[in-house]
Amino acid sequence: MDGVLRPFDYEFFRNGIAVATVAGALCGLVGTYVVLRGMSYIGHGLSHAIFGGFAASALAGVNLFVGAGAWGFASALLIGAVTRRRPIGSDAAIGVVTTASFAIGLALLGKFGSAGENPDTYLFGNVLGVDRAQVWLVAVVAVTAVTVVVLAYRPLLFATFDPDVAEVSGVKTARLDAVLMLLLAATILTTMKVLGVMLVAAALVIPPVVARMVTNSFSRMLVLSTVIGAAAGFTGMLTSYHLDIPSGPMIVLVAAAAFAVVFLATGVRGLGRTRGLDAA
Amino acid sequence: MTGLFRLREVTCTYGADVVLDAVDLAVEPGDFVGVVGPSGSGKTTLLRAVTGSVTPVTGAVERRRSLSVGYVPQLETVDWNFPVTVGECVLMARAASRRRPWASKEEKADVARTLDALGIGELEERHIRELSGGQQQRVFLARALIGKPDVLLLDEPTSGVDVRTRHEILHLLTDLNAYGLAVVLTTHDLNGIAAHLPQIVCLNRTVIAAGPPHEVLRPDVLERTYGARMEVLEHGGMPVVVDEWHRPRATGTTGRASVLKMRP
Repeated sequence: MDGVLRPFDYEFFRNGIAVATVAGALCGLVGTYVVLRGMSYIGHGLSHAIFGGFAASALAGVNLFVGAGAWGFASALLIGAVTRRRPIGSDAAIGVVTTASFAIGLALLGKFGSAGENPDTYLFGNVLGVDRAQVWLVAVVAVTAVTVVVLAYRPLLFATFDPDVAEVSGVKTARLDAVLMLLLAATILTTMKVLGVMLVAAALVIPPVVARMVTNSFSRMLVLSTVIGAAAGFTGMLTSYHLDIPSGPMIVLVAAAAFAVVFLATGVRGLGRTRGLDAA
Repeated sequence: MTGLFRLREVTCTYGADVVLDAVDLAVEPGDFVGVVGPSGSGKTTLLRAVTGSVTPVTGAVERRRSLSVGYVPQLETVDWNFPVTVGECVLMARAASRRRPWASKEEKADVARTLDALGIGELEERHIRELSGGQQQRVFLARALIGKPDVLLLDEPTSGVDVRTRHEILHLLTDLNAYGLAVVLTTHDLNGIAAHLPQIVCLNRTVIAAGPPHEVLRPDVLERTYGARMEVLEHGGMPVVVDEWHRPRATGTTGRASVLKMRP
């Protein structure tokens, strides 16, 4: 038992496991809406687009969150403009704009990133390198997300399930969509250092899909997805220490293992419930 | 205004396409109106103009002050894989009225009472996909009714359901109307639904005709509405619309006979 708990002797590990657990829960919570609204690809694309902003902000000496946030917002506007002016689908526009933004980030860091900027930090995360301020930042975003979900639980559910009738029933769906996009952007921005660009999308998608295979109730799915995300963060960090495997991939592997176990346990019935989720 | 709502010269467009053109329609308390017309004739847009989710480019939709509208969408548009139980679905109607996620005692009682009244009280914990077509329609009716509406708008409530379910839904709506609830529905089903309603509106971008079925269901009106020739016969005091395409030519059998042969 002492061996299992030994890493808790180190502050960097305590910070890491705290931020990984909270980030997992945050991704599981926000990811439930992302998956049910068919926005998984937007989540995936936004994390790649924001990477360009991270790289540019780091090199320009601008605050990372402000710079990357503005970059992500500009990417979203560009996706909208491309979709409106050309006869291509929004998924194709997301693919073009966000991968181009990702490539700009890699190119900038490759050409000018000699001042200690390592792309791997953003690509794969560096959870053991987070300080106490970053732990608090993720915690503040998580508390904000929980507050929004609790206060707007019913309108968010209605607008996610049936936006047209929700609008008729007095729900301000456009405002809720904007709030959800802001929450998603804040989630990606704050968890990118923990999980990395490549793995944030997995943390947003896998816990809700696993939860969906277990339950037919929205409220239970929301809670389960949050718990699964947190458990994957906690267990992934512990396992990564003991097996000496990078933390970000290990967290996603734990979530994927949960998917495999639930899939085997629920069989076709569980997988059938995920029909219609674009992530499944 | 004394009526529930009135559309005055309402024109709606989607881009350059005119979907509704100078539509006039008034609905009074206790009315039961069926809107019929071909696909793309503007039936759903008309309902959306009433709810306010579509804004007319010209004309006006006048609603009684604090008019409460219950809207039942087409079942084909519902995401049946969405993780929501019958109880959760019905409670969505209270989205704008309570901050807390969980239901109050009064809300739980309201949901149970409404589901019981519609004969699906025992299904509250079931997932919406695990129900029959008629039960699914009742769930969305319950969601609309729990808001205590003055008027119920239903978009194709019998689309894709079998004959028995269609009868159940029609009887249910007739009962609700008998209790004083105004009902406006859209339908493709001229004989199974429209002919049984007190009032019909024939719509093809504009109102072609409006009135009781025996006044409106006429070959000239139907041809202007659907752009196809139809024959109208009478059976048991009810108008029966026969598509000319269904008339056997070689035998010279009349449309009436062919309709009667098709009946069980």
